[in-house]
Amino acid sequence: MLEQLYFAMEVFLNGLMAGVLYALVALGFVLIFKASGIFNYAQGVMALFSALTLVGIMDGQVPFSHIINATFGTDIHHFGWHVPALFAIFGTVIVMVLFAWIVQRYIFRHLVGQEPIILFMATIGLAYFLEGVGDLMWGSEIKKLDVGLPQGINDTIDQVTYEMFGYGFFIDNLDIVATVVAVLLVIGLVIFAQYSKEGRAMRAVADDHQAALSVGVSLNFIWIMVWSVAGFVALVAGIMWGTKSGVQFSLSLIALKALPVLMLGGFTSIPGAIVGGLIIGVGEKLFEFFMSSSALAGELFGFTISATENWFAYVLALIFLVFRPQGLFGEKIIERV
Amino acid sequence: MLDNSESYVTEDGRTIGGVVMEMKNITLRFGGVVAIKDISFDIREGEIRAIIGPNGAGKSSMLNVISGFYVPQEGEVLFHGKPRPQLRPYEVAQQGIARTFQNIALFEGMTVLDNVMTGRLNKMSSGLLAQAIWRGKAEKEEIENREKAEKIIDFLEIQHIRKTPVSRLPYGLKKRVELARALVSEPSILLLDEPMAGMNVEEKEDMSRFILDVNDEFGTTIALIEHDMGVVMDLSDRVVVMDYGKKIGDGTPSDIRNNQAVIDAYLGVAHD
Amino acid sequence: MFYREAGDFKTSYTDDNQTFPIKFDRYRYYVVLAIAFGVIPFLINDYWANAFLLPFLIYSIAAIGLNILTGYCGQVSLGTGGFMAVGAYACYKLMTSFPDVNIFFHVIAAGGVTAIVCTAFGLPSLRIKGFYLAVATLAAQFFLVWLFNKVSWFYNYSASGQINAPERFVFGVPVTGANTDAWATYLFCLVFLTISAIIARNLTRGMQGRKWMAIRDMDIAAEIIGVNPMRAKLSAFAVSGFFIGISGALFFAVYLGAVEVGEVFGIQKSFLVLFMIIIGGLGSIFGSFAGAAFLVLLPVVLKLIGVDFLGWPTDIVAHFNLVIVGALIIVFLIAEPHGIAQLWRVAKEKLRLWPFPH
Repeated sequence: MLEQLYFAMEVFLNGLMAGVLYALVALGFVLIFKASGIFNYAQGVMALFSALTLVGIMDGQVPFSHIINATFGTDIHHFGWHVPALFAIFGTVIVMVLFAWIVQRYIFRHLVGQEPIILFMATIGLAYFLEGVGDLMWGSEIKKLDVGLPQGINDTIDQVTYEMFGYGFFIDNLDIVATVVAVLLVIGLVIFAQYSKEGRAMRAVADDHQAALSVGVSLNFIWIMVWSVAGFVALVAGIMWGTKSGVQFSLSLIALKALPVLMLGGFTSIPGAIVGGLIIGVGEKLFEFFMSSSALAGELFGFTISATENWFAYVLALIFLVFRPQGLFGEKIIERV
Repeated sequence: MLDNSESYVTEDGRTIGGVVMEMKNITLRFGGVVAIKDISFDIREGEIRAIIGPNGAGKSSMLNVISGFYVPQEGEVLFHGKPRPQLRPYEVAQQGIARTFQNIALFEGMTVLDNVMTGRLNKMSSGLLAQAIWRGKAEKEEIENREKAEKIIDFLEIQHIRKTPVSRLPYGLKKRVELARALVSEPSILLLDEPMAGMNVEEKEDMSRFILDVNDEFGTTIALIEHDMGVVMDLSDRVVVMDYGKKIGDGTPSDIRNNQAVIDAYLGVAHD
Repeated sequence: MFYREAGDFKTSYTDDNQTFPIKFDRYRYYVVLAIAFGVIPFLINDYWANAFLLPFLIYSIAAIGLNILTGYCGQVSLGTGGFMAVGAYACYKLMTSFPDVNIFFHVIAAGGVTAIVCTAFGLPSLRIKGFYLAVATLAAQFFLVWLFNKVSWFYNYSASGQINAPERFVFGVPVTGANTDAWATYLFCLVFLTISAIIARNLTRGMQGRKWMAIRDMDIAAEIIGVNPMRAKLSAFAVSGFFIGISGALFFAVYLGAVEVGEVFGIQKSFLVLFMIIIGGLGSIFGSFAGAAFLVLLPVVLKLIGVDFLGWPTDIVAHFNLVIVGALIIVFLIAEPHGIAQLWRVAKEKLRLWPFPH
């Protein structure tokens, strides 16, 4: 019995860690949404693209080598050098800023004032586009990403908990690092938004475009900056997930996980994104744990319930939304005629 | 003072009937803000009833109470002598209260004709299946209601833009289309929310003429809010004046002109 | 010159309410129908049926369904793949449970089942809107796919977890199973598409369509003038589900013959159909056809150019497909939110005046 309880606690802790990663992705959404009203579906693909770019730069891959080879019959793949992780990350950040500029200049500048749902659909188009470009540039095979983050089960925790409870908790080093990084990132972002000049301008834009414009804030600059920051957050998320399970297409699907997180936490709230992420992370792990381990469920339905992680978050968020449409921390929506 | 069911004849020879709708001690709050404070007045059949007042007086809130969009915390609304139960907005429309909006609320993606036709939706009853097949009842109903809609379109002189998408129309015409949409439902009370707002003099004259014509031709009861005093005085039979959520005057235009509280509210009063 | 409406006066509202008020359009419509029913079945071969015609017909039905919900009623749904799966599995269960009933009725009933499921998942639309709703419909997508994957009752406990369409006949001609002829499957789907398009057109030109559009354009005003928002939205979900269910049933039974749910009816399918109506034109029945044709043809054409002409490997061509589709979505949203249908309307407007535009 006690064993079961400890196991459940371990599941809980692991859920918490997974939740941190969800929150990290959700954070990128909230940033863009607050500043520009755009619900950026492409956030997940941005994480994938930045991770692909990072791996590409580190390994000295030649961009678009597949097409070049196919068209001209050449056989080039690598420049033959390796770039240290830190420089490669720096290079990727530059690429993401460039991407932010392109997105702003060629897409969303032409969509200012459109309805949110149109903007949302545009970002779905952007997601497809970016995914295609990423695959064409760097190839679509699964890649290993190693920027020197610690991996594997943390032995210290295992031993300490074993001595204390007689049950060793398995916790991944990477999850711990991810948690620390996420916390630092959030603190950094909050400080940036509250105390820097650009951060203040960003919040002004989020409150009221017109008013911000009239006191001399450059909307264009703010939006490029926000997309860049979101690109950076995507890169961090991409590094974490990429290290964990390899850089591959499924990485872009974490964006889909972030959506229910946002519905739960509210689209406009940074603390909401974090709390929502934790709830979803813990909730889906525990739900899966109880469903797959309880004999009762098997008797009731005549089949064992498993792999609920695919939909649990959505259904939870859906039920939640019906009762509190603005999310946990979102601003109340008031309608007027 | 007249009895609720009595009717009388105005100076220009129109008959004004009994009370259609009565507001009794309405109070409306938003959180701590009191938008309407203990207001009572009535609307009689066939009259043009105006609610006026400076900005922020609570006129729009009052109209939203009449139309059932806001539910007052205190007081009751009597419609045809019976207290109106709490209704959803679309149920209010089904009872025969139609309205226009201050910031035009037309369906921008549809043509003028389709917009006007939506006003007939409570008069049509054919079901989904009948409409899917389109033969028989659904088609017949569509034609009959189209005739009604065309009559109003003629009346308000918007025939030439019948098939134009609303989004392409200028402001003044949009206002007229909105009036047509409300009118075509043959309402027992027609609510107009600042029908003259943002218009130039010529458009205002047109609109005034249409409002008078509607009242004259169809005998429609009209309640309107407006802050242009001049227009209101010429149009309406009786006027309610509101200021800071309270009623400060109620009577014929000439009564109102001589009401000291109203003059103070509009011209300002020296506080000493 | 020949495309004109001068002299084509309407003397009754019935005439004015027609689907094709202009004579020339009407004749062209009859010609298209005649060719589709009378000529193509004699020319069709397996390649064209499978590469273009069948998917075009079936996706058109799905696009009409989604267009009613999204284009006319303004409720964006990302659950189309899941709802198509409901149609497919309902059709499969009906086909295997009632083998004596004609498959025509199975497909219709599958549409009915999907309409019910779709309405149930439409309930949140009463509380939430815009992309909140879009995200909520994702719940339907993931939950339904998971359900069909996990609960073996749905695939009759088959070991592979797949569903396979048994052979069924219409007038003695096989339309499902291994021994079908291209013309038979084509005609079977064409009949459904024609009926669907006519029903959709009738619904959207009458009062039901106006209610939907009123909700789309301004839901609060619609409610105040007397539209019951619950009935309007849920009826849109139901009608949309009906069409999407039919298309899912045909996609499984007639086109593919065997289905593994996660692969065929995943989230990508939801996006594909959404893209069809964006590119084709939101709020246009013709746009549903145009968008389906365009997105079905695009990979075929790209494959012809990329693989057969330039000699590229297929995966690069597939990536190019993504890039082009994504770019097109953005271009259409920026430049022409009403899609191909609007381009077509503008062209017609010009033709009407041609050659004397002033």
